[in-house]
Formats: sequence, structure tokens, C-alpha cells
Amino acid sequence: MSVIPDAPDPFVHDRGGPAQPLLSVSGLIKHFPVRKAGGKKQVVRAVDGVDFDVLKGETLGIVGESGCGKSTTAKLLMGLIERDSGQMLYDGQAIGERAMPWRSYRRQVQMVFQDSYASLNPRMTVEQSIAFGPKVNGVPGREAVERARALLARVGLEPKRFAGRYPHEISGGQRQRVNIARSLALEPRLVLLDEAVSALDKSVEAQVLNLLLDLKAEFGLTYIFISHDLNVVRFISDRVMVMYLGRVSEIGPSDTVLDAPAHPYTEALLASMPSLDPDNRTEAALLAGDPPNPIDPPPGCRFHPRCALAEGVCGETDPPLDAIRPLHRVACLARQPGSGHSAAPGEALAA
Amino acid sequence: MLLYTLKRLVYATPVAFGVSIVCFLLVHLAPGDPLSAILPADATQATIDEMRAAYGFDKPLPVQYLIWLWHVLHGDLGISIATGRPVLGEVSRAVVNSLILASVATVIGFTFGTLFGFVAGYHRNSLADRAASALSVFGVSVPHYWLGMVLVIVFSATLGWLPPTGAGPDGSGNWRPDFDHLRYLILPAVTMSVIPMGIIARTVRALVADILSQDFVEALRAKGMDERGVFRHVVRNAAPTALAIMGLQLGYLLGGSILVETVFAWPGTGFLLNAAIFQRDLPLLQGSILVLAMFFVLLNLLVDVMQTALDPRIERA
Amino acid sequence: MTAPITAASLALDGGVLAAEDAAPEVAFVPSRGFWGHVGHRLVRDPVAMAAGAMILIVVLIALFAPWITPMDPYKGSMLRRLRHVGDATYWLGSDELGRDMISRLMLGSRLSLFIGVTPVLIAFVIGSGIGILAGYVGGWTNTILMRTIDVFFAFPSVLLAIALSGALGAGIFNSIVSLTCVFVPQIARVAESVTTGIRRRDYIDAAKLSGASALTIMRVQVLGNVVGPIFVYATSLISVSMILASGLSFLGLGVRPPEPEWGLMLNTLRTAIYVNPVVAALPGVCIFVVSIAFNLFSDGLRAAMEIRQ
Repeated sequence: MSVIPDAPDPFVHDRGGPAQPLLSVSGLIKHFPVRKAGGKKQVVRAVDGVDFDVLKGETLGIVGESGCGKSTTAKLLMGLIERDSGQMLYDGQAIGERAMPWRSYRRQVQMVFQDSYASLNPRMTVEQSIAFGPKVNGVPGREAVERARALLARVGLEPKRFAGRYPHEISGGQRQRVNIARSLALEPRLVLLDEAVSALDKSVEAQVLNLLLDLKAEFGLTYIFISHDLNVVRFISDRVMVMYLGRVSEIGPSDTVLDAPAHPYTEALLASMPSLDPDNRTEAALLAGDPPNPIDPPPGCRFHPRCALAEGVCGETDPPLDAIRPLHRVACLARQPGSGHSAAPGEALAA
Repeated sequence: MLLYTLKRLVYATPVAFGVSIVCFLLVHLAPGDPLSAILPADATQATIDEMRAAYGFDKPLPVQYLIWLWHVLHGDLGISIATGRPVLGEVSRAVVNSLILASVATVIGFTFGTLFGFVAGYHRNSLADRAASALSVFGVSVPHYWLGMVLVIVFSATLGWLPPTGAGPDGSGNWRPDFDHLRYLILPAVTMSVIPMGIIARTVRALVADILSQDFVEALRAKGMDERGVFRHVVRNAAPTALAIMGLQLGYLLGGSILVETVFAWPGTGFLLNAAIFQRDLPLLQGSILVLAMFFVLLNLLVDVMQTALDPRIERA
Repeated sequence: MTAPITAASLALDGGVLAAEDAAPEVAFVPSRGFWGHVGHRLVRDPVAMAAGAMILIVVLIALFAPWITPMDPYKGSMLRRLRHVGDATYWLGSDELGRDMISRLMLGSRLSLFIGVTPVLIAFVIGSGIGILAGYVGGWTNTILMRTIDVFFAFPSVLLAIALSGALGAGIFNSIVSLTCVFVPQIARVAESVTTGIRRRDYIDAAKLSGASALTIMRVQVLGNVVGPIFVYATSLISVSMILASGLSFLGLGVRPPEPEWGLMLNTLRTAIYVNPVVAALPGVCIFVVSIAFNLFSDGLRAAMEIRQ
């Protein structure tokens, strides 16, 4: 069921079948050059070797503190900035190569930004903003406007009342609904939501999250959901990826990662969340201080200077992202057999 | 701090080069041959060619520029066609006179501008505030050459209190700090002070109002600091920006004094420029503009470095 | 550990329509669009409206001057020189050649407005072009363009105008060319910073993601947002431009006699300040009034445009 008159079945474009990841990222690297006092050239290792898959029809949540590389990853995935190296496969085809040029890829992925105001052109009406994408892709003007109105209705904004409004004339929640409608106007398969509900009030946030879930089911979408709010991520995500200083520290099913975290960083993140349950309040601040500088990340495991489990080996060996059980991968020496860490499980146990 | 100064210096160098290129090309913008002003009308082609070779005009432009730049860097700005004297000497004499006028005008403008700005900033939306805004609009809207004329009409032609033109009673071009010469300075200086007065009043008003509305002022008052102490804080926070604007205004006045100097026949750079333009004395025109523009570049640099030194909030990296 | 988030804990009402959407709607206001809002706010600003009316009057006088001047602005009379203001024949007196002042002031508004406004208009087009290009393309193009513009900023504007005019020689065309050269860098710098600011907005990224070409994004998404602020800045330059243009004529570098132009009239009447000071000062009053009107109108426009961006 689609409200868009000529919306194709979202699975028509499918190539590799349901088991093939929709998006497969490996070795993604982005360093930004900076010039510090004295003219020395240095780089910010914003994204420094990231691997993950996004499965068809799932919602992958990405969490981490500010500066961990979430937003840079988002921009790399959307091609808004160029990657230094790494491979990105869309439904099995390398993005940016002949089989899947950026142009075709972009038609199938869209993004919703955090700042609902900055992401809408203040001089365009809501309807013009939504119709812009289809228009530049060759949809005739009238049809594009009709589609925009249908989408407005679908995201819960009565077209008669909202189509002709300007962004400053509607509320933040309404604007974010417009942004969602705009992202759907090109009928994407993958929608990247970068802190899309973070700026909203709690009650509005809940409504927008529900809308996102409805739309996902209706249009057969796949979501990448970036947020710093673990509660929201738990609510909406099937799987969660935790990032720290440009690396993936843990990835796995939401329940596993958020209820039984294997990485000390994930544990600390969860513990630092304010709990409503007084019995569960922790006294110790598990995550002290700011993350280290991504210009000069610590050697070995990047988390070891702040880690409760840190040992000598953590400062020497960079932990690989290894599966500790099916679908659950962790980059921590304390969880990896034979790593030399005293808490590491035995070889036999791991097998 | 030293590093920052050096950095600004490095940044200013290409700008200075650009300025020298513009000044050099200025002469070539002029219609006709730059030599036509000094050659007799009936000069033969042979004479013209000879002269062209002698002045280096037969060489390609970039070469001419390098030769000219080489001379300029050695303090040789050429010879004035009208007077036959070195341009550098003529310009330096005029610059001193202009600098006196511009400095006095800046001091007047700064004093009254700050005063009005403070009063207006302290009493937002009062009568004084409205007067200050009116003053600032007046300052930037008034054609200063006309204001000069009006002042001459009122204080010289009608009241006869002050001399209308010149820099001193003897009619000489050298200003001296005595009472007689001071009388000649008053009208042009007041005329020129109006622009910076308006701009400084507007800036200081905004600065003071902004500082007073900030939380730390509330905190100071809550701590029991008296109004004199609060005032000291306001001054310390407003000073760097106000001083920087004053410095830049001095530069603008020095370069922009030509109209006012013409009205008052003040023997400064403006007067010199005027003469150079109408006698088609291109070396003099080129030299005066180069000196004035370089002065402005230098002043900008100085203001920048000083502002950074005074205001620790500005990034030095 | 924290309590797991559930639909209930998020206080969902189940429906898509949010509480904020269902909030009692204030009487529906039709959308005006950005310029509609600016216009609406501008007409409520009495100072800006008075200034605008003043400008309109002067423009009308300039347009119709040849048909409405009470006397021939060029015809002088040696016998009736420097009549005083309030004279029965010459309402605002007569100039040093016995020509009617009010007629010359009316006709003078044509040239004064023309040589004052034209440079800003041309500079608005060229400067916006350079600045928007530099701001949108960025990188080396930006560096080269903006460093070149820095060179022109090393000259105080009066000095640059007079230097160029002086080198080019007197005349209306040359005075317009020099003033245009003065304002192009200033407008370009503002255009560059406005465009650079807009380019970083998320809606530009969103437009890129929709597959629009750089040119389409520039035309549809960037231009409409940068032109307003640049235009307001340009209107604030008209006042300076009027003063400078008349100043060039005052120095003898712009309009040449016998054409009436306020700056030039001020110059030729300078010798008369002892005989008839009021008449001698009149052309300056005109420059002043028009200049202040443009300044106030520009201030009003700026204030009216400060709608939440």
C-alpha cells in the first residue's frame, strides 16, 4: 500500500535477495587535515577503519559520545564527503564504480538531519522543499507537487494547512515530519536518520519515532539511526553499533548489546545514563573525563586510558573486532581468547 | 604573541605587493602616454622614442614594474613632473600635515564618540540614546566637504572667529604647535571628526549595552561591587574593540582627507593629490597613493596585533 | 541498568497526530513568504517609510525635472546673480551666473542620483557574482578571488575612488567606473561570507542528496537566500556612493559644467560664501537629505529582514 501514486514495490530493485546486506562497509577511513600552531600538519582521525553491514529491512542504531565519528560516518555513507579509503557495497555492488555510480546510489538512500530548521530552505514552502527532489529527477512539476502533498498527509500534516507554509511558521516536530516526507519523496530504500529526533521534546519525539516505525513497515525501508540517546536507540533499533574515537567498539543485536554489553565502554555508556530507578543508581562515575583527542589517539586499544579493565597489554595491542558469539562482535582484549589479557576467556571456551 | 605578529606580517606582505601593483598600474590606466605631460607638443618621433627609452617605457610592463619596485624599495619614488623635486620629499611633508589633522580629528571623534556611546549604552532608549543614534546617522550621512563649507560660512564668513583656509598665518605649509596655528586646525579637524564620532558612538553604544546585559555584570553587582567597579569592567571589555576602530578610522581619515583638505586648503596629502591630478603629475600621484595605502596596510596590521594583545579572547593561533 | 524503553514509557498516544499539532490552532494566517514578511514589517516602520517617501519624491523630481522646473536651469543673467532665498522670481535664489537655483537643484537631482546609484547597482551585480562564486565553489578559487579583494581593501575607499578617477581623468563615465571599482570588493566580500554561511546549511546537503546539479542548487537553493542580505548591504552603500560621487564632481573629477550636479554646484558656489552663504550651502543640503534618507531606509530594511533565519 502506497500513498505515492506511482510508487514502485520497494523490493523490485532488489538484487541479492534478503540475505545480502543492503549496505556493506569495510575499512572506511576519513582523516581531516588540520594545521596546528607552528604550522605542523596533523590529521583528525575522524573515522579510522570502520566495518559494518546494514541488513535489509533492519534498523541499525549507531551510538557514541560526540566526536566519536558518528556524523562523519553518516556523511561518508551519503557521499557528502569523500572517503580516504575503504569499500562500500550497496546490495553487493561497489558504490562509486561503474555498476553503482553515486548518482544511482543516491536515488536509493536519503538522510534526515538533526536540525529541522537548518535542513529546510527558509525561502521555500514546505511543499516546494519536498517536491524539489522529484523535480530535479525529472518528475513533472504538477506531479511532484501532488506527490509532496500525498507525503505530507502520510506524515500527519494536513496538506491544505501545511503545504504552503514556510519553515519558520511551523513547529519543530512538524518541521521534522516535513524533513521525513522530503527524504521519502525519492522513494529510497535506505534512510539515514542523523540525530533526527534529538532536538525534539520528549512527547513529540515519541510521536515521530512511531511515525518512523509505521513508515518503515509501509514502504519496506531500512534505517540507519544515529543517536546519543540509548533509550531511543533501544526502542527503534534491531541492532546497535557502538563507536569510540573513529572505531567500532561493539556491534550486535540491541537486546544483547544494551542489556549484556561486552565492551567496557558500552557498559560505561549505559551506566552513565541517568536512571529513573533509584535502586539502580550508580555512585561511581564510570566514564570520567572527555574522550582523548582524535588527532593523537592512544596506542593499543583507544579506550584503555579510561577503561576499568585496562592492563599493560591494552596499551600495546589494538584489539580487532571479533565475534564473541554469533552476530555479536566486540573490540576488547578482555573478551577475546588468547589476547594476553588476564580476564580473557580460555581458548577452549571460545570455541 | 611574537609568533602572531610575524604571522600577520607574513599575511600582510602579499597584500602590500598587490597594493604596489595597483599603484603601478594606476599610471598605465591614464589615457595617453605618461610622457605626454612633459613632452612638448611638437616633439619628433625620435625625441619621443629617446624619452621612452630613457624612462624605461619601451620595456614590457612586468619589467617596468620590477624596475619601479626596485626603486621604490630603495626609497626612490621618482621625480615630480610639476616641481622637479623628489616625490618622496613632497609626500613626506604632506603626510606629516595630514597626520596632524587626522590625529586631532580622530582624538576629537573618539572622545566625543565614546562619551555619547557610553551614555547611550547605559541609558538604552532614553533621550540621550536617541541623540546618539541620530549623531551616528548624521556622521555617516553628511557630506563632510559640505559640512566644512557650512562651518566656514558660520565661523569664518559670518562670525569671523576662525580663519577659513590654510594651515597658518604666514601662509606657509608647515604647521607648528602654537596658538596661531591651532586656530587654523580647529575647523578642518572638527569637520573630519564627525565621521569617526558617529561610527565610534554607534559601536561603543552596542558594546556597552551588550556587556551590561551579560550575566557577569549581574554577578559583579550581586557580589556587592559598586557602580564604579562595574564601570571599570565595562571599560576594560569595551576598550579593545573601540581602540581598534579608532585605529582604522585614523587610517580612513588619512586616506580620505582629500575632500576636506581641499575645502580648507590644508597642505596635506589630499591637497597634494589634488594638485597631482590636475597637473597630471603622475609620479606624484602614484607616489602619494602608494605611501597612503602602505600606511593604511601598516595601520591595519598594528591595530590587529594591538587588539590581540589587549584582548585575550581572540584566538592567536 | 536503566529501565528498557517502551511505548508506554514514551507516553505515546498511539496516533500520528501529535499533541502539538492538535493544539488549538490560532486563526489561520495565510503564508506571506519571506519578502511578504519584510514588506509587512517595513510599512510599520515610520522612519523607514518617511525615508522611503523622501527617496520617492526625489526620484520623481529627477524623472520629471525637464518638464517641471519653474525656469530654464541653464539660462543665466549677469544682472541677477546670487539672489537670496525667498526672492520673488528665484524662490531659492540664483547662482553665481544668475541661474535659478531651484530649477538647477531639481535638474541636478538627475545626475546626482545617476552617478551615485549606478556604481552601486553595477557593483551589486559584479560583486555578488564574484562573491557567490567564491563562496559556493570554495577552495583555490575562493582563495585567489578573496586575496585579490583584500588588496583593494588596503585602500581607504575615498582614496581609491580619487586615485582611479584621477588616473582615468574627469568625466561622468570615469567617475562611475572608479566608484564601481570601490564597491565591487566590498560587496563581493559580504556576498562571499553570506554564501559560505549558506553553503554549510543542511538544506544544501539535502539538495545534493536529491541528485540536483551544482548549478540547480546554486539557482534554486542558494541564490534566493543570499541575494536579500547582499541587497541590503548594497543599499547601505548608496549613501556613501552619493557622497563620494558628488565629492568627485566637487573636486572637478566628475560631472563637468554647465551640467547641474549637486557636488559640482557646491564647488562653483564656494566663492560665493561671503556674498550669499545660504544659497551656496543649498546643494549640500540636497546631498545630505538624500544620503540620510538612503541610510535610514537601508537601516529599516535591515531591521525588517531580521526575521529568524
